[in-house]
Parts: sequence; C-alpha cells; structure tokens
Amino acid sequence: MEKKPEHSHLITFGTYVMVWLALLILTGLTVTVVGLNLKNFAIIVAIFIAGFKSTLVLNYFMHLKYESTLFKNMVYVAIFTLVIIIALTFTDISFR
Amino acid sequence: MSQTGELILEKHYDPIGARIGMWLFLFTELLLFGGLFLLYAIYLKRFPEEFHYASGQLDQFVGALNTIILLTSSLTMVLSVASLQRHYRKLAIFFLVLTFLLGAAFLVNKYFEWGHKISHGIYPGSSELMLHPKGEIMFYGLYYSMTGLHGLHVIIGMVIMLFLLYFISKKTSNPVVLQGDKLEKFIGQSLSLVDNSGRILWKSNPITEDVTQIELVTKGEVSDENLRSNEVKLHNAGLYWHLVDIIWIFLFPLFYLIAM
Repeated sequence: MEKKPEHSHLITFGTYVMVWLALLILTGLTVTVVGLNLKNFAIIVAIFIAGFKSTLVLNYFMHLKYESTLFKNMVYVAIFTLVIIIALTFTDISFR
Repeated sequence: MSQTGELILEKHYDPIGARIGMWLFLFTELLLFGGLFLLYAIYLKRFPEEFHYASGQLDQFVGALNTIILLTSSLTMVLSVASLQRHYRKLAIFFLVLTFLLGAAFLVNKYFEWGHKISHGIYPGSSELMLHPKGEIMFYGLYYSMTGLHGLHVIIGMVIMLFLLYFISKKTSNPVVLQGDKLEKFIGQSLSLVDNSGRILWKSNPITEDVTQIELVTKGEVSDENLRSNEVKLHNAGLYWHLVDIIWIFLFPLFYLIAM
C-alpha cells in the first residue's frame, strides 16, 4: 500500500494507554496535593498539574507533537493571547 | 488539454487544511472558556472564604468520577482514530460507541449532581440562594454557567459522534453499468443466471431498444476515498472532544477541590 505522509507517525495503542494512565495518576496527585491543606498554594499546584495534564492531551491525544511547526506556533499564539488577557486584567484588579 | 480536465475531476482532499480549520475553531473555544476562567479567578480573589465554603458543598467524589470518565473517553476517542488510521473499521466503530457511552455517563452524573443541588433550592436566581452571601451566589452562578456550557459541549460532541458513526458504518455500492454502444450489441438477446453445472436459473425478457442500461449492483463496500475522508472527520471530532476534556481538567480542581 502507498505510504501516506500523514501516517508516518502512527502512535501505538500502548502509548495512548500510558498517557491515559499518566493522566489518571496526575488526577490522583491533584486530589492528594490539594488535600494537604496548603491553603492558597494548593490552587497554584492544582492549576500547574492541570496545565501539565493539558500538555499531555495536546501533544499525544491531539497529535500536536507530530504536527508541523505551523500548528505549534498557532497554539502558542492562542495561549499567549489568553495569558496576556489574564495578566492585563489581573494587573488592573490588583492595583485598583 | 486532457490532463487539466482530469485534475479538475479529482476529488479535493486536504487533511492538513481541514486540521488547521479545526484548530482555529478550537482557539475561539479556548477564548470563550478563557474569559469565564478569568471571571472565576477575579471572583475567587474577591471572595476567597465564600468560594472555599461553597466549593465544599459540591460532591468531590462525583467530580473525581466524572474526571476519570472524561479522561477515559478521551482515550477511547483517540483509540478510535488510531483504529481507523490502521483501517480497522469495526474497531473504530466500537471505540467510538464506547466514547459516546462514556460521554452519556458523564452527563448522567451531571444530571444527578445538578438535580441534587436544585432540589435544595441552589440554582441561579432562586430565593433560597439569594439568602446566601454574595460570594456564594457568584460561585454557584459560575458553577452553573461554566459546567453548563461545558455540558453543552459534551452534548454537541456526542451528536458529532452519531454523525461519524453513520459516516463510518455507511457502505456504498458501485454498480457495474452497461449502456450506450456497449449495450447495443445485446439488443434482442436476454440476460440469464447460470449455476456452475450450466443450468439456467433465471432468464430475462429479450432486451429491446427501450432498455437504456443494464445495471449490476455490487455488494456494499467501503471505498478508499470514504475511508480517507472519514479519517479526517474523525480526527477533527477527536480534537473537539479532547478540548472538552482539557476544559474539564481545569474545571475540576477549580470547582471541586479548592475547598479541601
């Protein structure tokens, strides 16, 4: 059969299952860390872990890791835009 | 130029373009939810105690269970895409049905969760909730709008899955057709079905000039072209489903865990 370029990085079923396991473990970790009663720090850790979980989903489940730089740059621009919006709003809220 | 004609007839196939389009759409979704997350963060900063208390009133177990359900549904979705890429059509359908059922399980949990809260008079605009402190009213307002909008996305994702199940299951038959010049030499003759011992099982009426074509319908099959276009569609549906999953990954700690 003719080899198609978009099939050049077929990810194995096993890799997907490993990513899924990692996501479940990280969910358990979030619940544990938040349960440690770290007050405000807990929410920061929880968001950090959520961010890490998202990169796993983006890279493997959404194949971003295997896409061209165009796709990666598009995602960076979108996330950067969101970060700017959040940062600017917070500077406004904090120094009002 | 005959070659140009062939090029025009060739079916348009651009998987990368299709994926770029889907990603661009997902960015609008990201900003839609991003705005709501921003709103949440601002009110969390303003009413930390009330958010802390109200969050404790949510059922952490159901929240965690729904997280596991949604993460698993993302796995089955990606396995469905991977199966179709390897041309395992039936396996792709199996995983897609599984994803659909997990989505339904998520919604059933959400239904009971919301139902429980609503039966206690906790819903936006209720007289019971209005007696609560302002921060709690904000918390529940955000809780209902954000998980509600997320739930709507789950429903939309499931509808898309139904369409894909139809597209992937669909088989087309490519009939063998005799017409025009090829048919002319059969005029006056008849068609017959013959078994391997030479016995005539069935014989048609003679073919007259009125007959415009002889058509043999083949057994339904999946064409390569269909398979390729379904791969693109399923991949994009998967992207949408994973984004819905990512949003929940953030919603879960923000609403269910900040009280712990």
